[in-house]
Amino acid sequence: MSKIINPHENDAGLIKSASNPIHRRSFMKYTGAGVALSALFLAGCDDNDDDEIDYSKTNVMLGTGDTAILNFAYALEQLEAAFYTQVIDNKFSGMTALETSVLTDIRDHEIAHRDFFKTVLSTNAIQMLTPDFSTINFGDRTSVLQTAQTFEDLGVSAYNGAGKHLTDATNLALAGKIVSVEARHAAEIREMIQVNTFASRPSPINAMGLDLATPPLQVLNAAQNFIKERINTTNVPTT
Amino acid sequence: MNIFNILSEIEKVDPEVYNRLDSRRKVFKHLGGFGKKLAAAAIPVAFGAVFNKAYGQTGSNAALIDILNFALTAELTDSNYYKMVVDTNSSNVPATAKAGIALIASNEMGHVQTLQSAITALGGTPIAIAPTRFDYTAGGRIPDPLTNYATILALGQAFEDTGVRAYKGQAPNPAVMANDMVLQTALQIHSAEARHAAYFRRMRRDMATGGVATNKPWITLNNIGGLPAITQPIYDGEQLTTQATVNIVMNNISADAASEAFDEPLNRATVEAILSLFIRP
Repeated sequence: MSKIINPHENDAGLIKSASNPIHRRSFMKYTGAGVALSALFLAGCDDNDDDEIDYSKTNVMLGTGDTAILNFAYALEQLEAAFYTQVIDNKFSGMTALETSVLTDIRDHEIAHRDFFKTVLSTNAIQMLTPDFSTINFGDRTSVLQTAQTFEDLGVSAYNGAGKHLTDATNLALAGKIVSVEARHAAEIREMIQVNTFASRPSPINAMGLDLATPPLQVLNAAQNFIKERINTTNVPTT
Repeated sequence: MNIFNILSEIEKVDPEVYNRLDSRRKVFKHLGGFGKKLAAAAIPVAFGAVFNKAYGQTGSNAALIDILNFALTAELTDSNYYKMVVDTNSSNVPATAKAGIALIASNEMGHVQTLQSAITALGGTPIAIAPTRFDYTAGGRIPDPLTNYATILALGQAFEDTGVRAYKGQAPNPAVMANDMVLQTALQIHSAEARHAAYFRRMRRDMATGGVATNKPWITLNNIGGLPAITQPIYDGEQLTTQATVNIVMNNISADAASEAFDEPLNRATVEAILSLFIRP
């Protein structure tokens, strides 16, 4: 994908969303006031609020309508696949056989999701993104599992929040097939960190038994901290 | 009867009710014309107008109410089971598992109440099932469903994996897709069910005795993972390794992983047949 520099589109999308305090507040609300998120993400959000747009970064356009939502999912799956690939390639010390098996399974599922989206999006697919995992200590079990939990809960929340923006029933059905697998991952990872947190309240499950749901723009704002390119959200559906 | 208290009560069970109503201010503005001394007789009319906007959108809600009552049938079956397990409080169940099952019981109760509220708001009548109709022995085929720890985990897995497939099958229904609020709520229940399913599956995997070490939090092909044979319909169809004509078995992804990476929907008739094992006519 060629490098697109379009200050106008940036102005309508990222600058506006990043500088709008309500935006961040609702992001916090949707994610359970930060309970579900590691300090990693929150620190990143603080930085983002004051960041100038870096025009030296490649601008990635997601497209419009269902394509934008599928590219949004593709971006998240790229991040997850890259993360777990690195987890297995550089195992933290003391990783048990069961943990290796679980994390290898999850890596394969995320690669399957990533490559699936790449194939179905075909020429509409965004480029391969460059992950930025500089805040993760891959040698440390806690750092790896906390990040995994953040990614999985964010993934569940993202699909749940994006579903209503899909207009094609086939696309919604496909998203539905993936989100429950992300939820299974989230539950397993959470249990690996602490027992009986797989569906704990008030987060990730609220008082009515409902899981997280976050609008795409807020999810992208959080995910941006792990992506070197700049995701342009101009045309991402919001209603 | 104070309509503002009612909205406040609804907000407790549906924190986003004001979002669905455009905004809190607009709701009050809408009702404000009546003033706080709104005549009791006028309340249902005014309230109905508000909720048609929030939950009803356009046209008849009959199809949507019918689907939600189907979901409620499944939720009542699950939540009644977990309540009985919690109440039985068998010494065969370890304390940590009791806490996990109690958490699931609370979540399922929330699902029941959420669905009942939505159905009522749409102008429907939530179905009710007398507790005496539930039979968790499935006609005598499953002994000790309330006191055998391995059986409790197995039944939990069966119910949750069924729930995941049931919601997944209904989400793309046009009646559901036409109502953003119902769709998102259904998705939020759907993934909670998947978390529950993963929990029961991993608990069975990790059981010292009586477990199934090969059981994973995710569903491999159409494996029933040591559950009774009557549960096979819960897993039939999960073995798909092609999605939207894309072969997922590629780039070193095995058929097992390809099937695990995507959960499959189940049609209503099949789900109802599964539930009928546990509900007497």
